[in-house]
Amino acid sequence: MTYFQPASPVLSKPPVDVEGADARPRRAAPALRSPTLILGVVVLVFWVFCAILGTHVVPFDPYADNVLSTFTPPDSEHWFGTDQLGRDVFSRVIVGSRDILTVAPLATVLGVGLGAVLGLLLGYVGGWFDATVSRILDALMALPLVVLALMTLVAVGASNLGVILVIGFVYAPIVARTVRTAVYAQRELDYVSAARLSGAGPIVVMFREILPNVRQPILIEAIVRLGYAFFTVATLSFLGLGIQPPSADWGLAIADGYVFLSGGLWWVVTFNGLAIISLVVATNLIAEGLGAFETR
Amino acid sequence: MVAALGRVVLTRLGTMLITLILVSVVVFLGGQVLPGDPGRVRLGPLADANAVAALNHQLGTDRPVSVQYFDWLMHALRGDFGNSLALNAPVAPFLRDALANSAALVAVALTLVLPISIGAGIWAGLRAGSYTDRAIILSSVSLAIIPDFVSALLLSMVFGLWLSWFPITGSAPPGSGFWIGIYYLILPSLPLVLIYTGYIARMTRAGVVEALASDYTRTAVLKGLPIRKVIWRHVLRNALMPTIAVIATQIGYLLGGLVVIESLFQIHGLGNLVLSAAKSRDFPMLEAGVVTLAAVYVLGAAAGDIIQMILDPRLRGTART
Repeated sequence: MTYFQPASPVLSKPPVDVEGADARPRRAAPALRSPTLILGVVVLVFWVFCAILGTHVVPFDPYADNVLSTFTPPDSEHWFGTDQLGRDVFSRVIVGSRDILTVAPLATVLGVGLGAVLGLLLGYVGGWFDATVSRILDALMALPLVVLALMTLVAVGASNLGVILVIGFVYAPIVARTVRTAVYAQRELDYVSAARLSGAGPIVVMFREILPNVRQPILIEAIVRLGYAFFTVATLSFLGLGIQPPSADWGLAIADGYVFLSGGLWWVVTFNGLAIISLVVATNLIAEGLGAFETR
Repeated sequence: MVAALGRVVLTRLGTMLITLILVSVVVFLGGQVLPGDPGRVRLGPLADANAVAALNHQLGTDRPVSVQYFDWLMHALRGDFGNSLALNAPVAPFLRDALANSAALVAVALTLVLPISIGAGIWAGLRAGSYTDRAIILSSVSLAIIPDFVSALLLSMVFGLWLSWFPITGSAPPGSGFWIGIYYLILPSLPLVLIYTGYIARMTRAGVVEALASDYTRTAVLKGLPIRKVIWRHVLRNALMPTIAVIATQIGYLLGGLVVIESLFQIHGLGNLVLSAAKSRDFPMLEAGVVTLAAVYVLGAAAGDIIQMILDPRLRGTART
């Protein structure tokens, strides 16, 4: 039922100009067999598994210092070496998935939820309301996400909740624009008028009638946003404004490890970096498999 | 026609100003929630409360927020952004140097991004649907989502530390020549190249695909023009229009990437200025830096719209604001 599309040829046309979220319903079903999608799901599921069960399966205690074996290069005992406190990098990389995989999805859910409601309102109500609010949203988007997050997190203090709220509120206008465009394509269609004529109020029309029909662009936007949320969470942790120690978070580990790079101690940065890369690329593969990057 | 274009440009500049004022108000209000008052920041935690209050009075930071904002705005319009709290010196010279350093980095990055991304986009668009096309788009989009600090560190590990092709700092020693300065900026610009190539390549590809499917292309082919000529004269000319607008808009987004890159490679640019001002709660410096970033962004976006309108007469009636 996820890929249900109305039979009318008008309805199955993709909404136009939905940047980065060009929903193509007829591609949705074959996408389930797409190799990029499957690869992405496998990697993502692996990290979800690590985030949930990581602490029970790792060979070493990821938080245990060992001053006698700091900066051991990778060997048969410590596969990814040890860091500046002698902690096992392999165990920390596995466990380090936990915070980013909690914070980024929650931020995405917040942003997509707020954005979808706002986008439905803008697209359905239209008129001066749409024009005014869209202008304000454009102004908000005139600042890079990192800069907005920087200002907010310096003001309220760095914490996981702070990161979730900042990313969520920054995403809301971006998602709202996509949803608004999709709703515009729907609101003059017969089924909307039919619902209205049958006496349904605006709330019912928006959420029970239009929302199910713009589900596909919202889903794709959510996955694309999730990828960027991983990006942003990692960046903020690296800058010291996101997830805080003693978490084994990858961005934090890289921030701790990169000062030792010029001394030839490459493993902390490399393995944590590869973990981030595998996570964001996997998310992107899923988005590609769902048809997110097909521009026309 | 010129009059119509002029009106559209004026409207666009008007919305740009409104956006900038909104941004400066938001940042100013945001600055009020920053913990720690300016007098305390400057005198340190051990200073006497009376001295702090006196300094706040002297700095004018004990006045109502609205008064402070208008005071700031009036001075800012004349290019005076006040004194840095952390450095106890006027902000404006720092801002000017930072802008110049960031502009140099962005210029080097764009010089590398444009040929690569437009070339890849055209290549992919002319082969739309093939495996080459999918591979180009998927790899450029995937590279774009790798956080810049990760790619920056991995690239400087490989090209800076192992191969020793490039220095691992972005600031050339004082007194070095122009080309040396550019040489120092190549490694820092590579992560930005990775991020921006994907988006521009995708837009170029979309433009090429659309132009190829159009009636004018079919007419050109049917009237017997050689394919090479059709592609140069008809397809690319139309396909690159949306790309130009995207490039202008992207210059603003590039600035977001500067925060991480400049702090990693010790470049004294705008991103680094904003980061260190935020961390040291140096509010005048932060506000000036953020408003400058926003100004560059909206200028880029407005330039993109206006260039597109000049290139494409069809858009002149419908000013997108």
